[in-house]
Amino acid sequence: MGEKQKKGLIRILSAAAVFLTLLILEHTGALPFIFGNRWLSLLCYLAPYLICGLPVIRKAFLGIKNRQVFDESFLMVIATVGAVATGENSEAVAVMLFYQVGEWFQDYAVGRSRRSIRDLMDIVPEFANLVLPDGTVETVDPDDVSVGDILLIRPGEKIPVDAEVLTGESLIATAALTGESVPRAAGPGDAVVSGCINGDGSLTVKATKAFSDSTVSKILELVETAAEKKSKTERFITRFARYYTPVVVTAALFLALIPPIFLGDWRGWIYRACAFLVISCPCALVISVPLAFFGGIGAASRAGVLVKGSNFLELMADVDTVVSDKTGTLTKGNFRVTEVIPAEGTSAGELLSKAALAEGMSTHPIARSIMQALAEAGGTGAPDLGRVSGTENIPGLGLASTVDGHRVAVGSAELMRREGVATFEEAAGGAATVCYVAEDGRFLGTLLIRDEVKPEAASAIAAMKREGVKSTVMLTGDRKGVGDAVALELGVDRVHSGLLPQDKVTKVESMLAELGGEGRRLVFVGDGINDAPVLTRADVGIAMGSMGSDAAIEAADIVIMDDDLRRIPAVMRIAKKTVRISKQNIVFALAVKTAVLILTAFGLSNMWTAVFADVGVAVLCILNSMRLLAVRKTV
Amino acid sequence: MKKKFKCEIDCANCAAKVEDAISKIDGVKDVKVNFIMQRFTLEADDEVFGEVLKKAIAAGKKIEPDFSVEL
Repeated sequence: MGEKQKKGLIRILSAAAVFLTLLILEHTGALPFIFGNRWLSLLCYLAPYLICGLPVIRKAFLGIKNRQVFDESFLMVIATVGAVATGENSEAVAVMLFYQVGEWFQDYAVGRSRRSIRDLMDIVPEFANLVLPDGTVETVDPDDVSVGDILLIRPGEKIPVDAEVLTGESLIATAALTGESVPRAAGPGDAVVSGCINGDGSLTVKATKAFSDSTVSKILELVETAAEKKSKTERFITRFARYYTPVVVTAALFLALIPPIFLGDWRGWIYRACAFLVISCPCALVISVPLAFFGGIGAASRAGVLVKGSNFLELMADVDTVVSDKTGTLTKGNFRVTEVIPAEGTSAGELLSKAALAEGMSTHPIARSIMQALAEAGGTGAPDLGRVSGTENIPGLGLASTVDGHRVAVGSAELMRREGVATFEEAAGGAATVCYVAEDGRFLGTLLIRDEVKPEAASAIAAMKREGVKSTVMLTGDRKGVGDAVALELGVDRVHSGLLPQDKVTKVESMLAELGGEGRRLVFVGDGINDAPVLTRADVGIAMGSMGSDAAIEAADIVIMDDDLRRIPAVMRIAKKTVRISKQNIVFALAVKTAVLILTAFGLSNMWTAVFADVGVAVLCILNSMRLLAVRKTV
Repeated sequence: MKKKFKCEIDCANCAAKVEDAISKIDGVKDVKVNFIMQRFTLEADDEVFGEVLKKAIAAGKKIEPDFSVEL
């Protein structure tokens, strides 16, 4: 509880005490000479009214000065003064008192959820141990660490900034960031991410980023600003509120002036009008929606998923199609050469070493698998890259390098045709990627390279289906055989194989056009490395396994911190719950307010009910939204 | 230039109203009044930022007297 809240509480409690005493005195008839006199009685009730209402009155006057007629403080003061004018002294005090109780509670509840989001993301490091050049260790604020500083991380401490391990071995608990419960091993040369907790070993690390650029700052920043990207529901309700108050206030004015001309009873009608003014405040509506989304984003981040805006969480509630990249997303991207088939007149060793030389400059997973195969087969170590002069990447097809002055091409059948390789046998690779190798147009042989599917991929796809996803689609640059085999294994509905990177965008665009938007959303899941155009094009772009990768965090709308596909159905679940709760709030608040307005217009209700329709509803909506923060970990 | 400040804002509806009013000021490129996080974000051109910020705070205070920004 903050200082402001404490003061507010004291104000409310003392006003309530005085008010209660007065009520008891009046109703027991203890002091007839005071309560019998209208003016003396008013004077008494003025005390608790001013105790709790002074800040409201102050704001009301400032409101008048600034010509803000629809300011809620101003409306409250009018309503209560109106109540007094109609002789309802105690109700005027009650309205002010309960209004303040509601405001106080609203403040408290929002403060609570703000804090619980922070706790939820208990990742902010408080200090860093800076190792000075003379070897002494100084404790500093993480903000004061510069890139290149040497830091000591003791067992159990939080990693203050993104860094690289120099010495020491330890297990790093990444749970707070990724939701992943198994710690990661870290040793010299490994990158460690800020916000994770060091295990049993001491580490000496070199800071690779300043605190403000480190993962932990980025994540906090994302979660805190996510609510600023407003959901459609929120935009609707804010717009609605802009009309709601003026309409209700106008209705109140009408009620106070017109009916009594014909029906008399000025007092009764003014009283009803005052009750209208009490209900005219739209705060319950306006707060409950963003608060629900805030809670949903918080719940998602606890599960290791960063949602970059309320709007994206909202879209995740009605996903129709999930489009996924294959390599690195559904599969591990962990390639191995499983078969080496040299052409006649070429040895297996020659084939491998030529392929390795050609791929030597590439960092592509396929290239790495060929290097590894060469190392395992011959033990000759890394190929001599001095022999390679120039490598040309041919996107989606493979590459060609100049090795000892000869052009060596490694890639798909299509590449072989382009290279004018006259005779080559097309291999039936099954689920394997087939890599053909040719030198100056002469076919050297074939390499079969396999990738493993992720163990949780099939169950994640099944879970998406249970969350209402109608269709799952896989896009891959691989040939049809590979794509079909993987799709069959994982239960993916449709496969588009043999796609070049730019084809993926076209495919996604045509699917988007087919779905037509509204209520049928398209999600694209990729590894965030080379699919940025597709990520931005989809309704929601999800990047996987990208802890610490700025590019992925930048391009995607939702970032899955670890590599686990099951987080996707989990976010869908959270999204649906969020949307459901925000809709409940809107319907509930509108229904109660409308009902009370109608009852009041016909004189069937009083100001106490009006206060409930305003403050009570606000509190209930806030409580309902806070349920989201209590969602247990879902993966 | 885009800058973030801590701010004090009392209710969600006031935040929406303040945001609306500030967004109409000349030179304001983008403005966010985040009630839940109590944060105020203003984007404006570098040369006029200070001036726009002053105007923004004044406009906010006019709508909602309790709106204040920690500079």
